[in-house]
Amino acid sequence: MRHIIVAAGLTLWASMSGAYEIEEQAVFDGGEAELSILSTTDTEVFAPLIAAFQAANPGVTLRYTVATSQQVFAALQENAAFDLAISSAMDLQLKLANDGFAVAHGSTETAALPDWARWRDQLFAFSQEPVVIIASKAAFDGKPPRTRAELIDVLRDDPGRFVGRIGTYDPMMSGAGYLFATQDARQSDTSWRLAEVVGGLNPKLFTTSGSMISEVQSGELALAYNVLGSYASQRLSGGDAVMIEALDFTHVLLRTALIPRTAERADLGATFLDFLLSEEGQQLIENETGMPRINEAALAAGPHLRPIRLDPGLLVFMDPLMRQQFLNEWTAAVVQD
Amino acid sequence: MMTVFSPAGSIRRRLVVILLVVAAVLAGLLFVSVRTVANTAVETTQDAILGAATVAIAEELRGGEDGLTIDIPYAAFSMLGATGQDRVFYRILVGAETVTGYADLPLPDAPLSGLKPTFFSQQYDGDVVRTGAVSRSVLVDGRSQIVRVLVAQTRTAQDVISRQMANQAAALGLGFFVFAAILSIFTARSVLTPLNRLAEAMGRRGPQDLRPVDRAVPTELAPLMQALNGFIARLRGALTRTETFITEAAHHVRTPLATVRVQAEIAMRQTDDDALRATLRNIIRAVDDSARSAGQLLDHATVVYRADQRADELVALAPLVLDVVDSFSPTADMRDITLRVDAPDEVIALQFDRLLIESALRNLIDNAVKYSYADGIVDVQLSTDDTFAKLQVLDRGRGIGDGNSVQLAARFKRGENVGDVVGSGLGLTIVRDVTRAIGGSFDIKERQGGGTCAILLLPLA
Repeated sequence: MRHIIVAAGLTLWASMSGAYEIEEQAVFDGGEAELSILSTTDTEVFAPLIAAFQAANPGVTLRYTVATSQQVFAALQENAAFDLAISSAMDLQLKLANDGFAVAHGSTETAALPDWARWRDQLFAFSQEPVVIIASKAAFDGKPPRTRAELIDVLRDDPGRFVGRIGTYDPMMSGAGYLFATQDARQSDTSWRLAEVVGGLNPKLFTTSGSMISEVQSGELALAYNVLGSYASQRLSGGDAVMIEALDFTHVLLRTALIPRTAERADLGATFLDFLLSEEGQQLIENETGMPRINEAALAAGPHLRPIRLDPGLLVFMDPLMRQQFLNEWTAAVVQD
Repeated sequence: MMTVFSPAGSIRRRLVVILLVVAAVLAGLLFVSVRTVANTAVETTQDAILGAATVAIAEELRGGEDGLTIDIPYAAFSMLGATGQDRVFYRILVGAETVTGYADLPLPDAPLSGLKPTFFSQQYDGDVVRTGAVSRSVLVDGRSQIVRVLVAQTRTAQDVISRQMANQAAALGLGFFVFAAILSIFTARSVLTPLNRLAEAMGRRGPQDLRPVDRAVPTELAPLMQALNGFIARLRGALTRTETFITEAAHHVRTPLATVRVQAEIAMRQTDDDALRATLRNIIRAVDDSARSAGQLLDHATVVYRADQRADELVALAPLVLDVVDSFSPTADMRDITLRVDAPDEVIALQFDRLLIESALRNLIDNAVKYSYADGIVDVQLSTDDTFAKLQVLDRGRGIGDGNSVQLAARFKRGENVGDVVGSGLGLTIVRDVTRAIGGSFDIKERQGGGTCAILLLPLA
């Protein structure tokens, strides 16, 4: 019955209507009604959720479009018509909601969310993912660092071993990377010291977590800093690469969804959002997609876990001048050539 | 005769309504003032946070060789999320040029006063926003520039808090009103209690009770009490004067009548002229008639007066009956009427005014003798059971005809078959008044086999 039509591959593909760019688009055929979702999450990750949603809501065709978080942001600012926007870039999502690009939605599912997992009645988190360090045990003689301070010490003690073998997000290219870097910067001065030390080791910059994990697994990288834990935990099992939640602090990213004001079928968007937040959806997210579900108890159990707060503070680094200043400083620290 | 009052409203209702209106007004004022104070407090608090955020941003502004450096503190915006989840907008201007933020965020009308925040509300992007604005001068490229910082926030959180407070204020006002309403009902009841008690006491009074009211009343009721007592005193005085007048009048009539009767009898004895004797006999008859009426008027007045202020004593009934019957012997003898008394040996005693009982008995026997035929017999029978003494006066006279005892006992009302017998119509009225005063009963009816049977039931002592 249902089949997936991949309209575009992983190549960048300019949309018909505007200047934003998408990575791929898949249509899950189901019926007359069409629900259009714009997301930063890969199609194969979301596929089990979409299948379950269509089983529960027959007659809905789902158009799933994947783009980077910055392109998701750009698309909505250009008033592209999507019924739900899903992104891992909390700051961009909050900026969209703050600037009036989202419509309000309220249901028993949204009401059940903890306060820290939603902003107003517009922005809702459906998964919480630690931002971790991936390290090759071999590169650290079987004793990978547990805190940033330990990592700095190791890197300073034996810089030769790590030159060209440290990877992290490029905050200029990646929305998530920018969010992690800015949150690091505001969290502690250690982050700047770490940036300086890493900058001296000629680091490699990436735009996705997946490629960083692959390079650590292949041994090209000794360490990848600020990687989405959900991708890592799926792929690391028994190998040389280990996942480290830094004990000084580990940010927890909330993957959020909002219903754009331009939605043509806001009702279907709301139905899908409620499905994501429902017990069934949350269990699927936890078990099938590898993204951890919203879980207040897990946060309470890990004192080093710091969920990035959904509050107007996120707007600070959305300011163009602030962004420029931050990237200048970051570049000065990390890209020391 | 009773006048039926149609009451002009109720004091209690009026009192309750006034108190309720006052309570409602106070509850309304309470609601409005609590709300106003709460709103002001919330707004002041929100403004303080907004002001702090604005100032924090302004203080991080740095001038320099190559333009203005801004460093928005993360906490400045983060703290705006402390009270709720409101949208935040900002705008930073150097001179008239917006360097960052929302370029269409409205500017204040009034000039800014340095780092002391100015607050104002206006519409922005579909929401009412509260804006805090400060200005300071910064040296940019060697020149002093005025930099203005505006931070705006929607007021959703404030509205939510205000609504909660309004609800609480409303609950408070409603509670106050209910409490006041209950209190006002109790107050009205309490205030009216003395008045109700007085009305009840007056209602309980018998028709003859003309004693002054001597209950303790609140000051406000004192004038009413004085007026009431004055009225009662005047009424009692008027009644007493009436009785006195009747007594005096009867007395003054009886004495000359007696003289006329004596003179007429003397004249009758001294003349042989039959026509004159007939005339004189008519005169004597008329005089007797008038004397009896005067006597009964006197009796009636006495009964009415003494029924109010009686001199009770223990009265042995049998000797009293014998005395009264004795006093009628001369009259009865004149017409050859036999008077028979049948009384038991035991002592039958009443606690009452002797004169009143005598008066009632005398009237009954008088009637029996008066309406008996010559050679008749009048029986006076006294008997008793545990609670009542029964006194029957029986004759074989002409009876009472169709009239019933109630009609006969009416004042100045006489039976339909009285014929030529003289009478005032007051006799049975006196009997009835006496039995009523003593708490007994009186009945008069046709006697089996002809004549009249009068029955008095009098409670024993």
